[in-house]
Amino acid sequence: MSKLLGLPLLASEHGGKIDQLIIYVHIMMVVLFVGWGLFFAYTLIRFRKSRHPIADYTGVTSHTSTKLEIGVAVAEIWLLVGLSIPFWATEIATRPSRESNPLEVRVIAQQFAWNVHYPGPDGVFGRTTVALVNEQTNPLGLDPEDPHGSDDVTTINQLYLPSDRRVVVNLSTKDVIHSFSLPEFRVKQDIIPGMSIPVSFVPTMTTATMREIQKDEKRNFEIACAQLCGLGHYRMRGFVTILPEEEFQNWLDGQVQEQQEGEDDIWG
Amino acid sequence: MDIPYIVHARPDTGVNNGKLGVWLFLASEVMLFGALFSTYVFLRVGASDWHTWHSEAGLSIPIGTTNTIVLITSSITMVMAWASLMMKEFGKFRLYFGLTIALALVFMLFKAIEYNAKFSHGHFPGTNNFLAIYYVLTGLHALHILGGIIVNSYLIGPGAKLWRTNAAQFTCRIEAAGLYWHFVDLVWIFLFPTLYLL
Amino acid sequence: MSADDHVGSGNAKHGFWRTYVFSTDHKTIGLQYGLTAMCFLLFGFGLMLLMRWQLAYPEEANPLLKNLFGENHPFMPGGVMMPDFYNQLGAMHGTIMVFLGIVPIAVGAFGNYVVPLQIGAPDMAFPKLNMASYWCYFVGGVIMLASFFVPGGAANSGWTSYAPLSVIATDGQTFWLIGMIALITSSLLGAVNFIVTIIQLRAEGMTFMRLPFFVWAQLVTAFLLLLAFPPLEAAGILQLMDRVAGTSFFLPSGLVISGQPLQVAGGGSALLWQHLFWFLAHPEVYVLILPALGIVAEIIANNTRRPLWGYRSMVYSTIFLGFMSFIVWAHHMFLTGMSTGISSFFQTTTMIISIPSVVILTALVISLWGGSIRFTAPMLYALAFLPMFAIGGLTGLPLGLSASDIALHDTYYVIGHFHYIVAPGTIFAVFAGIHYWFPKITGRKMNDTLAKLHFWPSLLFMNGIFMPMLVQGLAGVSRRLYDGGAAYAHAQDVLYLNKVMSHSAFGLGVVQVIFIINLVWSIKSGEKVSRNPWDATTLEWAAPSPPLPHGNFETLPVAYRGPTEYSVPGSSSDFTPQFQAEES
Ligand code: HEA
Ligand code: HEA
Ligand code: CUA
Ligand SMILES: [Cu+2]
Repeated sequence: MSKLLGLPLLASEHGGKIDQLIIYVHIMMVVLFVGWGLFFAYTLIRFRKSRHPIADYTGVTSHTSTKLEIGVAVAEIWLLVGLSIPFWATEIATRPSRESNPLEVRVIAQQFAWNVHYPGPDGVFGRTTVALVNEQTNPLGLDPEDPHGSDDVTTINQLYLPSDRRVVVNLSTKDVIHSFSLPEFRVKQDIIPGMSIPVSFVPTMTTATMREIQKDEKRNFEIACAQLCGLGHYRMRGFVTILPEEEFQNWLDGQVQEQQEGEDDIWG
Repeated sequence: MDIPYIVHARPDTGVNNGKLGVWLFLASEVMLFGALFSTYVFLRVGASDWHTWHSEAGLSIPIGTTNTIVLITSSITMVMAWASLMMKEFGKFRLYFGLTIALALVFMLFKAIEYNAKFSHGHFPGTNNFLAIYYVLTGLHALHILGGIIVNSYLIGPGAKLWRTNAAQFTCRIEAAGLYWHFVDLVWIFLFPTLYLL
Repeated sequence: MSADDHVGSGNAKHGFWRTYVFSTDHKTIGLQYGLTAMCFLLFGFGLMLLMRWQLAYPEEANPLLKNLFGENHPFMPGGVMMPDFYNQLGAMHGTIMVFLGIVPIAVGAFGNYVVPLQIGAPDMAFPKLNMASYWCYFVGGVIMLASFFVPGGAANSGWTSYAPLSVIATDGQTFWLIGMIALITSSLLGAVNFIVTIIQLRAEGMTFMRLPFFVWAQLVTAFLLLLAFPPLEAAGILQLMDRVAGTSFFLPSGLVISGQPLQVAGGGSALLWQHLFWFLAHPEVYVLILPALGIVAEIIANNTRRPLWGYRSMVYSTIFLGFMSFIVWAHHMFLTGMSTGISSFFQTTTMIISIPSVVILTALVISLWGGSIRFTAPMLYALAFLPMFAIGGLTGLPLGLSASDIALHDTYYVIGHFHYIVAPGTIFAVFAGIHYWFPKITGRKMNDTLAKLHFWPSLLFMNGIFMPMLVQGLAGVSRRLYDGGAAYAHAQDVLYLNKVMSHSAFGLGVVQVIFIINLVWSIKSGEKVSRNPWDATTLEWAAPSPPLPHGNFETLPVAYRGPTEYSVPGSSSDFTPQFQAEES
């Protein structure tokens, strides 16, 4: 069914519920439209002037339509109370528990790139300050005085995540509104200046598996910017790489090392 | 063909066109100022240093209070002006209506003094969000006063000729101007405590 | 409003300017609105055709415009569109279509021309205000168009003008804001006028439940305009302050623009703009659809030759819709970080508001049952409106549930959703209305063959444009993309649809020529017809065609019965007009 609707590949845990809702709504829509459309077409043929020269003053007297309208209302209430609201309450508006051992990442959007910030081995994000921002050397404005910052890892437009582990992405922006959209993970969140908004999800498919399914060795999961943010909005594209937990750790360790070696050039 | 109910109320609705029109216009004004008051609340709730901004701005409560009294008085003279017309006393109307305009000018004078003091202290709309919303709210209100002054001056000047040709219609116009004026007064009665006292 | 303006003695004593330009006659003003709005519709469509070329053939030179712009032109050097120009076109297309096209034609033109006639009034309640309202609209339009010529070009932050992007944008945005303030003023003046006219100037016997449904639709629309526009006016003033007076209503602290800290006081909120904007803009969408529903209802009753089914429930639904439309606005903001409580509230109100639409649409189809349906040109457009609006309305439901909106928000699905309502919906209703009331305006009918030649391809092309949008949206393609998604891997499978849509749009553009020819030709050479050529029942058909200048009717009509008394049992003809004294 999700194929029929042409939804993107599904690669997250909660995404199934969204797809399910989309499917149910569309079934209801199609049923309504087809039923309604058949009635419409039938009346047009049956009551055209040449076949039915004298109109009927009273017309329909039954109350079927009222019942149908109540039916529509009931279906909507079910979608609302049965699916959409509980989903929001459990998946979107609830912070993940500690036990789920979530990986915390920051994503800082700017015109027109995604800055990704990992806390590094100490698990604490380094302090950042607007005054220290330098687009070339220090896009996040990381404070060199803060010891927590020295092991932090930053990347641009590359979001590496482990599979089958809960991820919390804290979203913020340096300038205007952007929207963090991961179509395959059914994640989308507007990023509002002045706010830090977390989104959490569990990737369930590694990039390697996805490439097999898509039969495309170069294909990537993508970060799309979904909110108009200026002339480069259309090319504000990032990539998500989902690795098995172990490989992810290796990648992260490698980055820490690389960054610390390179760091001397920046902060001496 | 004449437009009906310009002067006399339509029996089944109980109002004439002008009055209904003014009421509707005022409803839209409620939405306009309502949106700005909501903005005030929204900004204030989200701000951490509102009180600092507020005390730094140093709004003068005596001036504000005086202006409140001035406006309320002008509303009273407005009612008297209309009542004079109802009693067909055009001379008295001129007096009271003129007073209303004069009081409005006094209000604007105080407003100008206040703004001037702020500017000379370097308190501009861009200084902080309290001052920003202060200037927008009071500025828009002052524009409404100004509009009232212009229309009322027309009514007491060239517009007063209508009294001789169609007294009833003239009275309707003054009533409409009065409704507007009370509304502008009312807005200030909300503005004053919101900005100066709270 | 001196008395001598309104004697039914014609225009003889007014000169050219007072008769055609600064007229206070509701019919002339209606036509002024209509013509201006049609030009804007065409212009807004033109902008979209430029965009559709770019979407189908990203960064290829437009063959028609290769030489129009120089090699170094900032918009389209050598005919290749620049990303910033694409954004300008998008913002201006949305703004022009909504505020300068549909609202003025649906309310300003049809409302002005038809409402006083249908209620049996000599004119609008405040003719001078009416004139002022048109000229405010005109000025607003000129300011909007002028903005293309300021440095940096027109507004480029979408028709939604989200802050902070709009605050840091080029001067075109300032023009946009000033233009909007003029347009809002125009709508407010118009709204007051409509409400007073409908409440006060109804002819004798024209009780509220005898008002044609079209008048009801206009009345509720006027209330929406009256109460929803002021908050946008307030928001516009605040954004203007942010842009020119250095305030930061919509700017939080600590922004860094292109590497430079933004030097403002800060402490504002970007979400505040969205709240103020959508508080207007959701009611606004019902402003786009209610007059259209009104037009369609009139034409359906007339061409089925039977009364509207469920007139009362339609009226109550419309009023209810009007109320509800003020408390659903945040369904455009589900993804701005909402709690469960707030999102539940807004999705619930959104589902509730869909019910009156269902009731109205159901009433309209059931009205067909038992009719004797004449497939006249206006009827074709009106009938096509129904399923098109149904698709548009139904696709609103998955957007209205916050969970499915996660996948669909800001994708082409949204674009498809509302275009189904406004383009093959409202625009078709506008075509229907033009064909239906043309004989009242000119005393002549539009050509039927040409109308059908315009109707069928238009219907086809409209679907060719908007159905693929839904498909792209489900596949996750974002809106407002300069290259139509060409850069994204997930868009590749549906990328070919960009060409389908664009070619349909070009086709749609071509067939509009037929309509324009029909319109212009029929003014001079259409078939002459009587004052009531459709055998209709409402009061406008009691007036001569065209109605008398300043006064409309020879004698003011009286309404003796409901608005759609067709095929009354025992009557000798199949229609019994409201103005007919008794059964003959
Ligand atoms: C005229 C315009 C118009 C109308 C009428 C509507 C009507 C509706 N709209 Fe739409 N909408 C827009 C114009 C309109 N909208 C625009 C312009 C935007 C985008 C703005 C932007 O971001 O740029 C938008 C965006 C938009 C969103 C935000 C999406 C997003 O950005 O993520 C949402 C979400 O709730 C929504 C919902 C709805 C709903 C539930 C209705 C409902 O009112 C629809 C009700 C109708 C029906 C349900 C169908 C009718 C009934 C039948 C088919 C009969 C059924 C049969 C039987 C009874 C048997 N709309
Ligand atoms: C009422 C509103 C309205 C209408 C009618 C339309 C009509 C059309 N729209 Fe528009 N559109 C919007 C409102 C509207 N749009 C808005 C609000 C947006 C969002 C903007 C944003 O992102 O900020 C948008 C965005 C939008 C996009 C997305 C752009 C993007 O996201 O990057 C596209 C893409 O194809 C599009 C296409 C079209 C097309 C092909 C039509 C066609 O249907 C046009 C058909 C037009 C006609 C058929 C003209 C008929 C007129 C005449 C024939 C008059 C005759 C004249 C004389 C006699 C003088 N529109
Ligand atoms: Cu960032 Cu669009
Ligand atoms: Cu809406």
